[in-house]
Amino acid sequence: MNYLTQRLATFPLILLGVSVLVFVSIRLIPGDAITAMLGTEAGLLTPDQRASLAAYFGIDQPIYLQYGRWLVGLFSGDLGISVTYGRPVLAVILERFPLTLELALLSMVIALCVGIPAGVLAATRNEGPADLGIRVLAMLGQSTPSFVVGLVIIFVLSVVFGAVPPMGIFTPIYVNPLVNLSQLIFPAITLGFAFAASVTRISRSAMLDVLSDDYVRTARSKGASARSVIWRHAFPNALIPVVTLSGIEFGYLLGGAVIVEQIFALPGIGRLVLDAISQRDYALVEGCVLFIALNFLIVNLLVDLAYAALDPRIRLGGR
Amino acid sequence: MSALLSVQGLRVGFGRDPQRSEVVKGVSFDLGAGQTLGIVGESGSGKSVTALSINRLVDFGGGRITGGSIVLERSDGTPLDVTKADESSLIHVRGRDIGMIFQEPMTSLNPVHTIGAQIEEAFRLNRGLSGRAATLAARDALDRVRIPDAAQRLGYFPHQLSGGMRQRVMIAMVIASNPRLLIADEPTTALDVTVQAQVMALLAELKREMGMAMIFISHDIGLVAGIADEIMVMQSGQAVEQGRLNDVLDRPQHEYTRHLLEAVPHFNGGRATRSDGKRTEAATPVVAVDDLVVRFPIARGLFRTGAGSVHAVDGVEFDLLPGETLGIVGESGSGKSTAARAVLGLVKATRGRIDIAAGRSRRPVQMVFQDPFSSLNPRLDVESLLAEPAIANGQRVDEKLRQRMMFLLGRVGLPDDALRRYPHQFSGGQRQRLCIARALMLNPDVVVLDEAVSALDVSVQARVLDLLIDLQHEFGLAYLFISHDMAVVERIAHRIAVMYAGQIVEIGDAAAVLSSPQHSYTRRLIAAVPAIERRQARFTIDATQVPSLVRPAGFEPAPPQWREAGADHRVRVEANP
Repeated sequence: MNYLTQRLATFPLILLGVSVLVFVSIRLIPGDAITAMLGTEAGLLTPDQRASLAAYFGIDQPIYLQYGRWLVGLFSGDLGISVTYGRPVLAVILERFPLTLELALLSMVIALCVGIPAGVLAATRNEGPADLGIRVLAMLGQSTPSFVVGLVIIFVLSVVFGAVPPMGIFTPIYVNPLVNLSQLIFPAITLGFAFAASVTRISRSAMLDVLSDDYVRTARSKGASARSVIWRHAFPNALIPVVTLSGIEFGYLLGGAVIVEQIFALPGIGRLVLDAISQRDYALVEGCVLFIALNFLIVNLLVDLAYAALDPRIRLGGR
Repeated sequence: MSALLSVQGLRVGFGRDPQRSEVVKGVSFDLGAGQTLGIVGESGSGKSVTALSINRLVDFGGGRITGGSIVLERSDGTPLDVTKADESSLIHVRGRDIGMIFQEPMTSLNPVHTIGAQIEEAFRLNRGLSGRAATLAARDALDRVRIPDAAQRLGYFPHQLSGGMRQRVMIAMVIASNPRLLIADEPTTALDVTVQAQVMALLAELKREMGMAMIFISHDIGLVAGIADEIMVMQSGQAVEQGRLNDVLDRPQHEYTRHLLEAVPHFNGGRATRSDGKRTEAATPVVAVDDLVVRFPIARGLFRTGAGSVHAVDGVEFDLLPGETLGIVGESGSGKSTAARAVLGLVKATRGRIDIAAGRSRRPVQMVFQDPFSSLNPRLDVESLLAEPAIANGQRVDEKLRQRMMFLLGRVGLPDDALRRYPHQFSGGQRQRLCIARALMLNPDVVVLDEAVSALDVSVQARVLDLLIDLQHEFGLAYLFISHDMAVVERIAHRIAVMYAGQIVEIGDAAAVLSSPQHSYTRRLIAAVPAIERRQARFTIDATQVPSLVRPAGFEPAPPQWREAGADHRVRVEANP
């Protein structure tokens, strides 16, 4: 547990660094929230009106004061008010997050369920027809852009089967799991396609390495069956690179999948950030980035804990 | 005699066209129940591939049996031709009929499963035991191989055990399967000599008690002599000589067998030590080490506080006179390399004095490392490699320096055109000669040779040792010669220091130490050296473990008590003699 507290203690420092970076860099983009919000009508504002609006959103002060105020708010759980939505930033993010989390989890489950068996199969049939087929598919999966996959899925669904994927208002899982699943399964497949391809490739190469290790030979010399050799002796040793890759991909997905959200009209974190940037919604951008960074840190920590669980030689915290 | 195993004209090939790239070219032998066949040969002779073909594990390494037959009599008395059997019946042959032990104990156990689980698996697969019965059986098997606290060790993972312990776990797995034939492929090559003796003793006991037949593979003909009934000598995929052990060893027919027998380093119990350069009084030591202590702290927690330390070297003292060789012998972890590195200043001494009388050079101590393949930068040509120490010493590469390079290359027996060549263009022995030339560039007084001939083939080893002795005479060098090999140390050392658990336990004149060893560890070490003369030895099992060197913070060992055993022969007094 000592290790866990040490790791958690580094979180605030990293997040502080991230927040400074975002705070400064977003203000380097030309334009401001008032112009972005009002469009051409912003030209009709008198300087006084503009100043009082700026004061309302707190963007009239020098940047370090803005940052200081934002930081003070942060410690009381207040990430500021979103200019676009007119609501607290945290509330806006938490409203969008369940969808992103669910989508990321779903696509990871798909990726692991498809990628691991495919990769292991390819490794055990090294250079055989199954291996070659799986490798071609994996290459295809990695090189096909997600919008192509998404559009093909929509096309097949609507034109071939005449079924329209339920779009429009997003239904959270706790309201109606069935509708929710029908809305998310196709975007999850779209994301999972490329994800599964990466998992396949990495499980294949990791398994190939492990299958030539001495302890696999030992297992065979004991009379273990082919299935036991693969799943009991080799596979647990091949898991580490798979976990590493899955952790990184999952972390990215928690930051939102802009293109897939766009194609399937899903209100996830990705589109939220994109809109916030184009609207110069400073508070919202900062809140989102901080939130995404926190997610990444948590996922990384979980990955490291998983290493220790998978490999008894890895003891966290050094000796 | 009905044969348990009958191999006829076995041929094995690799790659896409196995017929054309055969590494075993027609090997035949019979093995009766309870008999032991020793297969001897150098690396690449096909001995391991022959062994792996018998249980068809060779298939998984990309090999194909291209000809011949391997007929095994199964436990129910039916013969089975292994070369024609399908994988599903081979699964029952492996483990149940044929067990196997491999060379590398460090990698042969699965790192993610406990040793208990791995032994239990063997019981489950081959004896049909499960659950509690399997656990109890696994504990008994660990007891059989003399692993202390067996019940507790079942929960250990392989990385928590030493190499010798792991090899015993491998043997426990074989016991679990109770096969009628055991194939041991270089089972002790990666182990220290006393641990090797323990493992050999276990194998001999198993053979006796369980009536197991064994195929014992080794490059060390002396080791095979200790256990085999029959012997087969292999060279380039063929059996050049085979027969009863005594016939082959005493009346070798084939030239290659004779060569192998001659090349084996003979340990002569102190009778083959050097007669030159005996110690005389009065000389001033070139290196004097007093109360040398090297400890590596073990840090724990957020503030890296010391929770104890590894006492790698604990109160070592010795001196080295000009022109003298001090051999430091001991096993891995005994602190012999650390002590030598401290003399060079490569590791920082925690305490103690190291006095070096610089005579000829500002850099009086130089070093030659064990592995000639990794201790030469592959991107530098020989001239740059030899110039390196001189440049580090502030000299410049000029004609004078080149003269010295040429001179030294000539002295170590390398051609003049070597200067323009790169390390990969030399053989292992030549590279070690290069390393020696490099060490001599600055005209040192002392050369530390850390296992300097251990990585070389036996015949090359002998020539490099001769060179070292010649150079010692010519330049008046003092050697600190570190080795685990008693036969090698016997040839080159004037004096010997035996290190055990970070301390010198016995030191003195080489002939005296080797011919009348006083300390129990020295005796164990000498008794463990395999020799052709000791045939089918009655190994006695000795399960002594090397003590842990991790000590709590603030621990100080008791000051050593010494006993004089002769004119130049001191022994540390043991706690319980």
